[in-house]
Amino acid sequence: MKLIEDMKIVKNCEIAKNIYEMTLTGDNVKLMNQPGQFVNIKITEMSQLILRRPISICEIDQEKKQIKLIYRIKGQGTEILAKKLPGEVINIFGPLGNGYPEYSIKNHETALLVGGGIGVAPLYELAKRLSRRKIKVKSVLGFATMTDVFYEKEFSFYGEVHVATIDGSYNFNGNVLDLIKSKNLQFDVIYGCGPQAMLKAINDEYINLKKGYLSLEERMACGIGACYACVCDKANKSTETVRICKEGPVFKLGEVEI
Amino acid sequence: MNIKVELPGLSLKNPIIPASGCFGFGREFAELFDIEKLGSIMIKATTLNSRKGNPTPRVAETNGGMLNAIGLQNPGVDYIISTELPWLSQFNLPIIANVAGSSVEEYVEVAKHLSTVDNVKAIELNISCPNVKEGGIAFGTDCKVAAHLTEAVKRVSCVPVYVKLSPNVTDIVQIAKAVEEAGADGLTMINTLIGMKIDLATGKKVLANGTGGLSGPAIKPISIRMIHDVYKQVSIPIIGMGGIQNTNDVLEYLYAGAQAVGIGTANFVDPYICPNIIEELPYVLEQHGFKDIKDAIGYTHRVKLD
Repeated sequence: MKLIEDMKIVKNCEIAKNIYEMTLTGDNVKLMNQPGQFVNIKITEMSQLILRRPISICEIDQEKKQIKLIYRIKGQGTEILAKKLPGEVINIFGPLGNGYPEYSIKNHETALLVGGGIGVAPLYELAKRLSRRKIKVKSVLGFATMTDVFYEKEFSFYGEVHVATIDGSYNFNGNVLDLIKSKNLQFDVIYGCGPQAMLKAINDEYINLKKGYLSLEERMACGIGACYACVCDKANKSTETVRICKEGPVFKLGEVEI
Repeated sequence: MNIKVELPGLSLKNPIIPASGCFGFGREFAELFDIEKLGSIMIKATTLNSRKGNPTPRVAETNGGMLNAIGLQNPGVDYIISTELPWLSQFNLPIIANVAGSSVEEYVEVAKHLSTVDNVKAIELNISCPNVKEGGIAFGTDCKVAAHLTEAVKRVSCVPVYVKLSPNVTDIVQIAKAVEEAGADGLTMINTLIGMKIDLATGKKVLANGTGGLSGPAIKPISIRMIHDVYKQVSIPIIGMGGIQNTNDVLEYLYAGAQAVGIGTANFVDPYICPNIIEELPYVLEQHGFKDIKDAIGYTHRVKLD
């Protein structure tokens, strides 16, 4: 079975300012069974935009053979993506990478899911799966401003949700770490995805205190570890690197230099 | 339809070869398809010691192409000989080992060791990497320097040596002739063109390295022209590369004078591109009236002008 498929667009709509949710269907959905993995998308058959775009999988529905992706309009590629209509097909390579290890948390423990901006997306499937196992899920979603907020209600199906905005226009005023501290949120395992500064802050804060997993982002080309574009340093061993697309994108807290 | 190609040191079942740096050591693609189908693999550039490469961002997309500045990240010749090449030996695949360095001594040392490995059937002398501070392209832009290095590597190599030419020169034909005279068994061309991308929001260069090597369909016409010109002036074989995206592109390279081709950036766009082209090539050759791939090589040079 090829890891590449023309998947059909079921839905593609704006859910917050410049944030889109795309639902796709195809046979390769049956290969997608891990929260936090990503797909590498060919935006157009024309060769102007040659590279694929890595986008993490937000939700997997095996029964309907569907996945959801969430992306932000950031440049030419995602602008074209946003204009695609249901019924059109799009070439999807994946699933790729290593996601969040689901069984990294025991049944009686509490998970804290921390998403920043578009990084909220891959945590959704994780929330679903953890809550299915009756694990207590707390979610902290951080955004720049009110118009960026998405998936607050969706996460609330699986546990308590806290939203922070940097400019204070919606709910808590500050970043996600400020919120966790100010509300004194208790947890056993932390799972994060978001901007580098946020991940670094989480890593620095909890490296010696908690178990946790962070999903990293970097400019990629191949998505399978062949081109060595998306490397980062292993922690404390500056001569060794890991490939974010291949060994990651999810790493243990303290595993890599952020 | 015969698509086998015989080149110095290389008996290729077909002329499709993943280009160096775009295919690692084959492991990642072996998870996707049977890599034994390939003509050969040009493995990732090897230096004497391991190299960490450049800081990120290392890639940037440009119109019809991409810039990369990986910086020759590789685990070093000892590791490649002890681990990567033995793993590749499970496949019936002649390997072309890309050799890089920052001094003549380093090139010589690496080539000497790699060329003794059983499945290494040819050396690709990388005198054209634009992304390292020392060595690399500095060896590929001056005829005398390129010739001297070629001679030195030829002296120690147990297998034929193909020199990978840089397009970042005034007259690539002169470099080609110089390395041919110095004993090169073949040429591979072209490496990437030096480019730059600037972020309009910040005013900063997108790549951490500042500059990077441009590859992809944007560079294909340049490579075709260079191969066309070099083919007329040298008698050693050419393996052509630069922006190949489909089987028609391969045919264009053959017409220009390439005997085999490297597929680079396209592996990132479609990881199955090499086996797909291998499957299609006989039909495309047939469509154009050829009975043997040999008849397509250099075809443009034999077409009569009206």
